[in-house]
Amino acid sequence: MTEPEMVEPVTTTAGHPEDATMWTARIRRRVVEALPPDRMLPDRQPAYVASWIYVFGMVTITAMIVVILTGCILALKGPQWWHESGFGHYINSLHLWSVEIFFFAMVVHLWGKFFMAAWRGNRSLTWITGVVTFLASIVTAFTGYLSQTNFDSQWISTQAKDGINSTGGGAFFNVLNFGQMLMWHIALMPVALIALVGLHVLMVRRRGVVPPLPAKGEKVPEMTSEAVAS
Amino acid sequence: MSAKPRKFKVDRDAVPYKGRYAPYDLVKEGAICLLVVGLLTILLASLFSSPDEHALTIKDWATAQPQDFVATAATELNGTSFVATYGPPYNNVQDNVQKVGPFKLPNILGVTIPIDTAKDFVLLPLASQPGPVALDTALATYKSASPAQQQKWADNYVANATTTDASGNITYNVRVLSDGTVVMPAGNYGPVSTIMQYETQIARSGALDQALITGDGFYTTNYTKPSLFLADGQWFAGVGASENLGGDQWGMMNETGSYPGQAWLWLYTMFYQVPPYNTSWGANADVLVWVTMLVLTAILALVPFIPGLRSIPRWLRIYRLIWRVHYKEHDVAA
Repeated sequence: MTEPEMVEPVTTTAGHPEDATMWTARIRRRVVEALPPDRMLPDRQPAYVASWIYVFGMVTITAMIVVILTGCILALKGPQWWHESGFGHYINSLHLWSVEIFFFAMVVHLWGKFFMAAWRGNRSLTWITGVVTFLASIVTAFTGYLSQTNFDSQWISTQAKDGINSTGGGAFFNVLNFGQMLMWHIALMPVALIALVGLHVLMVRRRGVVPPLPAKGEKVPEMTSEAVAS
Repeated sequence: MSAKPRKFKVDRDAVPYKGRYAPYDLVKEGAICLLVVGLLTILLASLFSSPDEHALTIKDWATAQPQDFVATAATELNGTSFVATYGPPYNNVQDNVQKVGPFKLPNILGVTIPIDTAKDFVLLPLASQPGPVALDTALATYKSASPAQQQKWADNYVANATTTDASGNITYNVRVLSDGTVVMPAGNYGPVSTIMQYETQIARSGALDQALITGDGFYTTNYTKPSLFLADGQWFAGVGASENLGGDQWGMMNETGSYPGQAWLWLYTMFYQVPPYNTSWGANADVLVWVTMLVLTAILALVPFIPGLRSIPRWLRIYRLIWRVHYKEHDVAA
């Protein structure tokens, strides 16, 4: 039996030439090429990134962090706790108001990006993931309202069933089934939402912040090969 | 990545930026945002708290408005209640299934949550009780009768329990005394009078809530049956309306008290308030509002590809305000 050859551990993206065809090495190269660290966490931005509107994307993410943290505290004690405990009710209030801030910031962010036509320059998928994230957020909040185990949950579920049933969706998404709605709210939707937000942010970082629309008198190119390729 | 050259379109393409860069500390921005959002959340929660009105029970209903409970329970028995005539996913009745053009979408997947209102809301809960002889006899008489006879007794009971005028106002002919005795106008109800008497009795004691919740076993997290039964009556709708939560009161997005609720559902809720959704399309309003919202959502997602729509930001010129510093430097005088 021969001893395995001792080689230096990988310290570069390229790795050892003899390992170049390995699945691990290939994935590392692709990831680093697509998402170079200096683009993921840049310390400089184009000079035009100088408006309060740019803050609302970050406000949305931080509000989501507060929503998740307060939701985790509520999850620790179960769905009935907040009816019986003053502290639990306060945590529920934090959860509710962080959700309101989350949606407010997200809607301002969405309108801001619309006014900037932020889909330009090969950024349409970034826009679409943003819209899908908005929809997923609505489903997450809706299932949260159904998981409160109080009159609001009863009322909203009995009202909403007619809309969902009319589409045929009620066959597999039963808003009157508390257990099912709670699972969607605290397991399925948060996973989907975190994945979507992660994807959205990676796309923003990869493409960079959309440049301004042309200034007055600014000449634009006739062809776009440079603009499309990134 | 390479791309085929194509004609530059100002609302689709962007000129790569070749100007100045400035320091921008993303992580610091995130930390400050987290602090500000955290403090704002604490402030709002401390000032305004959150609503928490207790869930209603069938016991509450049968105590607060027992005549409505009896009249509704009778319609569950004779199969004329809202849920009994709902269609998929609860049953196969087709009269109220909403349509998009000729298509009834709920029929595609059909009945996945079967509800037989007579059995699930009345007969099985009563049979699960340690009933007195009178109840056992009434249930046995009802079961041994032909379906036509059962229907006739129940229909007679429903017909005499209430009177509805041309405007839809309901007058209750059935009375429930303070001791829970149900008093009906004289009629041929067979064992249904006794069945309704005991149905009311177990409802007022809370036993019907338990029977509906635990009917499928000890552990449960599914409240479909008691919720549907509760929502079938006039009383539950009245409580919602008194909280300004009715469908015609923008109720889809509101919650109890003076709280913002699901304000992000404003567009969806708005369609229920305006013609033709609340007039000529009323019978199919739910599915038509959903289809409208799906189309609008698809348009929102696909704005980058829709000529005209994607030009709106340029026409609105709000971008000139957002990037005003940039344009001060880059606008070229004519």
